[in-house]
Amino acid sequence: MFTNLDLALFFIIIFIVLFIGYIAYFWRKPEDIHKHGEWSLGGRRFGTVVVWFLLGGDLYTAYTLIAVPGAAATPGIGGGAFAMFAITYGIMIYPIVYGTMPRLYNVSKKRGYITAADFVKDRFSSRLLALLIALTGVLAELPYIALQITGIKYVLASLSLPITLSLIIAFLLVAGFTFISGLRGPALTAIIKDAIIWTAVIVIIVYIPIRLHGFGNIFSKAAAISPNLLDISPTIDIGYVSLALGSALALFLYPHAVTGTLGSKDVRTIKRNAALLPLYNVLLMFVAIIGIMSVVYFNAYPKVSSEALPLLVLHVFPSAFTAFAFAAIVVGSIVPASIMALASANLLTRNLYLEYINPNASEKAQTNLSRVLVVVVIVAALAFSLVPAASGEIVYLQTIGGAIIMQTLPSVYLALFTRKLNKYPVGIGWLAGLATTMVLLLDLHFKTSLYKGFFFMYVGIIALLINLAIVGLGMLIMAAMHKIKDEGIIENTELINEE
Amino acid sequence: MNAILKFILLALPYFFMVLGVGIYMRVKPEIFGIPFFYWYQLVWIFLAAILTYSVYAIESHERRGSNVH
Repeated sequence: MFTNLDLALFFIIIFIVLFIGYIAYFWRKPEDIHKHGEWSLGGRRFGTVVVWFLLGGDLYTAYTLIAVPGAAATPGIGGGAFAMFAITYGIMIYPIVYGTMPRLYNVSKKRGYITAADFVKDRFSSRLLALLIALTGVLAELPYIALQITGIKYVLASLSLPITLSLIIAFLLVAGFTFISGLRGPALTAIIKDAIIWTAVIVIIVYIPIRLHGFGNIFSKAAAISPNLLDISPTIDIGYVSLALGSALALFLYPHAVTGTLGSKDVRTIKRNAALLPLYNVLLMFVAIIGIMSVVYFNAYPKVSSEALPLLVLHVFPSAFTAFAFAAIVVGSIVPASIMALASANLLTRNLYLEYINPNASEKAQTNLSRVLVVVVIVAALAFSLVPAASGEIVYLQTIGGAIIMQTLPSVYLALFTRKLNKYPVGIGWLAGLATTMVLLLDLHFKTSLYKGFFFMYVGIIALLINLAIVGLGMLIMAAMHKIKDEGIIENTELINEE
Repeated sequence: MNAILKFILLALPYFFMVLGVGIYMRVKPEIFGIPFFYWYQLVWIFLAAILTYSVYAIESHERRGSNVH
């Protein structure tokens, strides 16, 4: 049971983090906070350390602490060792980042882009394609934000707090500091959030294996429960690899990852982080194994898989530490929600409002609209997460977002390397990819994203293959008609990988 | 030459993670009781970081070289 002191500790930690989000407004305060690049990108001034926390912090979230161990504590071939796809995925993220993000950064800084869709608009000379890419980004963020919100339901439940009310208060406070501070809010809170999470996680991943007499004992006991806990079944190897590769391809196409990257002060900051951020994966790996340890400790799979980590912490540690660890989980979910909502708001402001509704909007008006939209997006995600369907194995919420955002890969990643791509093949490919994603997910009732009818392949990868095939075919047809030319207004010399 | 080398360094993790799934989809040999499936990936976390960092190091070296001239 939790004492009042434990609860006080829980609330104080969360309060401190939220408070820092509000005072971040004053952090490196510019002369004119109303400039959109100031509010939305923190003035593009963040160095290696801040970007490490900002990107690391918004990549490793409730997903890490709840969804991944939850997947590991799920019975069947899609659970147990299968959850390690998150590690395989983590390993494959950063070489892509290193190869692509410096190019996007350079052209964005030079031309003042705030979103990836800004780049698409000039690269293809198509504001419609830009709008479609922007809306895809907003759509993909919703399940990801919902994952953050759903992730802390279990924590609130075990603390006997009123769930819906607590969620609404917590996320409105987050919307509040994002409204006021812009990207400075999640950037500054990410640092303290990570300090809290690292402390909690290190204690957990050191103490629990000791308590369970070491990894040898854990894995031999796990083997007795199910071989799925040690290794994946060959029937699902394509599912495993396609999910890991697809998630890695998708991650830096997410609007929040682009926002974090563009907030960097130079290319060197991005490259250094591409080399350093993988070290977070070590932590992620041990957290994934906590899901296995939970099954071993209770000698049973948890009733709700997402409770694997919170339940184990609750049973093993004194209530004061549990309160601290639970506060870490809550903080790890609310801070990323801030940058995700901010990135979505930027897309709607820049690529919908400014482009189609009021092209003459001042920078101050853009900033204020983005502020309001942050609140709107967070409320939408709250509504989405309160739908009962968004429960169970929540790791799939993130893979749904990934499948959606992945369909923007040709228009963003490929377009960083060639100026020949035309908007029509890319647009039709996008449409086919998104349609495929939706049809297959409907067929799976949104409960998983591995398609059994096709080698258990990840829906996002199936759709991306169709998307790329159409882009390729379209370009071949255009080549046959001698219609291939340099598209858009961005010179190739602007798309360099160097500083 | 360096461009090809850098590409290979960045592409290696994909080769070992995607095409190599047959290599690591196994329990033995274990280290300290940890199945191969797990420790292979732990090793690759560090290898991938080292590979990406070496590309960064090569580029920094090139940049220093070009600054002198």
